[in-house]
Amino acid sequence: MFEIIARQELAQGTVVANDIMAPKIAAKARPGQFIILRVNETGERIPLTMADTDPERGTITIIYQVVGKTTAMMARLGAGDTIMDIAGPLGRPTPIEKKGTIICVGGGTGVAVLHPITRGFKQAGNKVIAIIGARNQELLIMEDKMAKASDELLVCTDDGSYGHHGFVTDVLREQLQKLGDEVKEAVCIGPVPMMKFCAKVTEEFKVPTMASLNAIMVDGTGMCGCCRVSVGGQTKFACVDGPEFDAHQVDFEELSRRLTAYIPQEKEAMDLFQHKCSCEA
Amino acid sequence: MAEAKKAKKEKIPRTKMPEQAPEVRRRNFEEVPLGLTPEMAQREAGRCLQCKKPACVTGCPVEVPIPEFIGHIRDGNFEKAILALWTKNSFPAVCGRVCPQENQCEGKCIVGKKDDPVAIGYLERFVADWARAQSDISLPPIPEKTGKKVAVVGTGPGGLTVAGDLILKGHDVTMFEAFHKPGGVLVYGIPEFRLPKEIVAHEVAFLSQLGVKVECNVVVGRMITVDELLQEQGFDAVYIGVGAGLPRFLGVPGENAIGVYSANEYLTRSNLMKAYLFPEYDTPLVKGKKVVVFGGGNVAMDSLRTAMRMGADEVKCIYRRSRSELPARAEEIHHAEEEGIEFFFLHSPLRFFEDDKGFLTGVEVQEMELGEPDESGRRRPVPIKGSTKTMECDMAIIAVGAAANPLVTSTTQGLETNQWGYIVADEAGKTKKPGVWAGGDIVTGAATVILAAGAGRQAANSIHQYLTWGW
Ligand SMILES: Cc1cc2nc3c(=O)[nH]c(=O)nc-3n(C[C@H](O)[C@H](O)[C@H](O)COP(=O)(O)OP(=O)(O)OC[C@H]3O[C@@H](n4cnc5c(N)ncnc54)[C@H](O)[C@@H]3O)c2cc1C
Ligand SMILES: Cc1cc2nc3c(=O)[nH]c(=O)nc-3n(C[C@H](O)[C@H](O)[C@H](O)COP(=O)(O)OP(=O)(O)OC[C@H]3O[C@@H](n4cnc5c(N)ncnc54)[C@H](O)[C@@H]3O)c2cc1C
Ligand code: SF4
Ligand code: FES
Repeated sequence: MFEIIARQELAQGTVVANDIMAPKIAAKARPGQFIILRVNETGERIPLTMADTDPERGTITIIYQVVGKTTAMMARLGAGDTIMDIAGPLGRPTPIEKKGTIICVGGGTGVAVLHPITRGFKQAGNKVIAIIGARNQELLIMEDKMAKASDELLVCTDDGSYGHHGFVTDVLREQLQKLGDEVKEAVCIGPVPMMKFCAKVTEEFKVPTMASLNAIMVDGTGMCGCCRVSVGGQTKFACVDGPEFDAHQVDFEELSRRLTAYIPQEKEAMDLFQHKCSCEA
Repeated sequence: MAEAKKAKKEKIPRTKMPEQAPEVRRRNFEEVPLGLTPEMAQREAGRCLQCKKPACVTGCPVEVPIPEFIGHIRDGNFEKAILALWTKNSFPAVCGRVCPQENQCEGKCIVGKKDDPVAIGYLERFVADWARAQSDISLPPIPEKTGKKVAVVGTGPGGLTVAGDLILKGHDVTMFEAFHKPGGVLVYGIPEFRLPKEIVAHEVAFLSQLGVKVECNVVVGRMITVDELLQEQGFDAVYIGVGAGLPRFLGVPGENAIGVYSANEYLTRSNLMKAYLFPEYDTPLVKGKKVVVFGGGNVAMDSLRTAMRMGADEVKCIYRRSRSELPARAEEIHHAEEEGIEFFFLHSPLRFFEDDKGFLTGVEVQEMELGEPDESGRRRPVPIKGSTKTMECDMAIIAVGAAANPLVTSTTQGLETNQWGYIVADEAGKTKKPGVWAGGDIVTGAATVILAAGAGRQAANSIHQYLTWGW
């Protein structure tokens, strides 16, 4: 059992942050790694990135968007409630070295995943430019934390309600044009189409780029192959070979398709859950 | 020979196992064989000739004293029977259900020369189930603590055996399991209708009662390494029994279409995560209407029969060799056929087709014929030129074997592995790294429950010697 010790709502409650007591995981976790949790006995195993860790306090922070049954169920938990199982840290840590200038691009909840990586690159002595975006100002998350974690933070919204009016890819292109060879690497994390378009832009400028792939997972230890993705024509397991891969080599179309595998069942589970909740209320 | 004649004279036919009828069980997840009654068991036990030099025992990888336990059943002394079994096999309720008896004890049984062999597996299962139902079987005495600590990585049949043996030698034992439930393949792989999970839970609960600590959700190699267990956590010895948990794919085009599963994923979703009870349980599973399964072993049979139970209209087994080479247990093949599984021998996949949304629609297969024998002595299947066909399907399960998962081996200093990534260990399970033992599928490659349990027992003896006398 893992106790939730703090809960916070972001983006008008569509995103929730939990600090969870998990000292052994907190002690080991490195940027880019994730956990797999199961809320209760009948629950599904779902992967979530550690947006932060506090080894001294023994906590990990997860930040998740409420998209389906499991995340909806978690959103109803508060401080003092528990999560039955958490396994981690899983996945390869982001390879962080001093390289020069790094651009970190995050969209939607991807910003949560991007945060520890951004901070890691800055701590390693890189100049880090962070670009984050959301559909509108209300949905933007972690602006202050990202400002702290980077040397320069650029914000954009699709509807222009805040910051630059437009997509993160536009800002990314401007920066690459401005900075040229100075940029040694880009990291992009967010919805699959966003990562795909970011990769297209950086490819034009020949900037090595990493994307963090959110394939559907079960065990997270390389045992089932559910999370397989195609990278450079080869099959890789996102949970153990990734989750980060060379964005220029990733087959994003296949990833998008595979993420739709269970849409009818996900809808059924969510409808039942909401029905049950409204009956209880 | 005189003995064989005697059996013939008495002519008691081999007892038939009562079973759920095929047309009923093909749509439910309850156990297929229902178990023998005490009368049936005693009658079957009466068929045993009590050989002086029992051939059956030579066929058993752990040398269970078979005539002895069968003799006790015949005499109606079930408690003595279970005690005899336990001297060599900690999990008779599991082995009675899943061992390939036809290649082991029953394959060697003298009665089987002229007649059907004694149903040793049924009898083993019978006594084990009898023992589980008794509330008054007392715990074995636990010796005084030695103060030594042993870590067991992986909770499959190998790890469970090591833990049970060493706790009874007075050592402190902690098991580490990556999943949220202990049991290894027994919980995530083998389905409920063949091995009820309550049996595995019972075995684990028994170990806990003896004082074995079980820590789930610990992925060794990520949360903690074997070296840290030895150097920082104060363990005196480590046993690695992590199984062969890496799925093999076919490597043909279209394999990433939605609806193509590895058997590991399909079975883990349905067994461990209970996807067959969706939406009561949250984990989803594609419900294929036309299902093809590649492979011919136990894993393939479990996948085929699970797909049938999930409501498929047609389920096909596609195997590249011929019927006589099917590696699955005879009983599983027989059960699968009764349940309406179709078999396509000498067929091999060429590629998968998908629709514009990425969902599987079919598979192209190549017809084969048997050519010259290969290294294994079996005739090698070779393609028949120009003979291919397309089968419609919305789900495909790949059950063509497993490989070594490098998560533990790649994070342990000085642990030798062979060219396939399996750990190199001697007969007693000793690896090249002092203080570290290994056994089961991670040493031998995918094998059987009883071989993993047997390896566990050898290793436990060796670890005990080490803890008493040194490396
Ligand atoms: C390595 C990794 C890290 C992730 N980190 C985060 C994070 O930090 N914050 C966050 O909000 N989300 C993260 N995700 C995505 C998150 O796992 C899914 O949103 C979550 O599983 C949805 O579960 P649900 O039951 O609420 O929704 P569902 O209704 O079950 O699913 C909604 C969608 O989520 C995806 N999904 C469903 N089940 C799984 C699964 N078992 N594994 C992966 N994806 C699944 C599918 O695309 C599905 O259509 C991460 C995914 C991966 C693979
Ligand atoms: C579907 C299926 C059907 C089968 N049917 C039969 C049958 O009928 N008869 C038969 O005799 N055999 C059968 N087998 C084979 C048999 O189950 C295996 O040979 C046996 O279970 C191997 O035991 P093991 O102790 O080596 O490990 P396993 O049972 O493989 O267990 C290993 C355990 O280690 C855990 N683990 C792995 N990595 C880590 C890590 N890094 N950290 C912590 N824990 C870890 C795993 O989660 C797992 O729980 C079948 C196998 C399968 C898959
Ligand atoms: S089971 Fe068969 S081989 Fe074994 S003792 Fe009885 S008759 Fe002999
Ligand atoms: S989630 Fe099972 S192999 Fe990656």
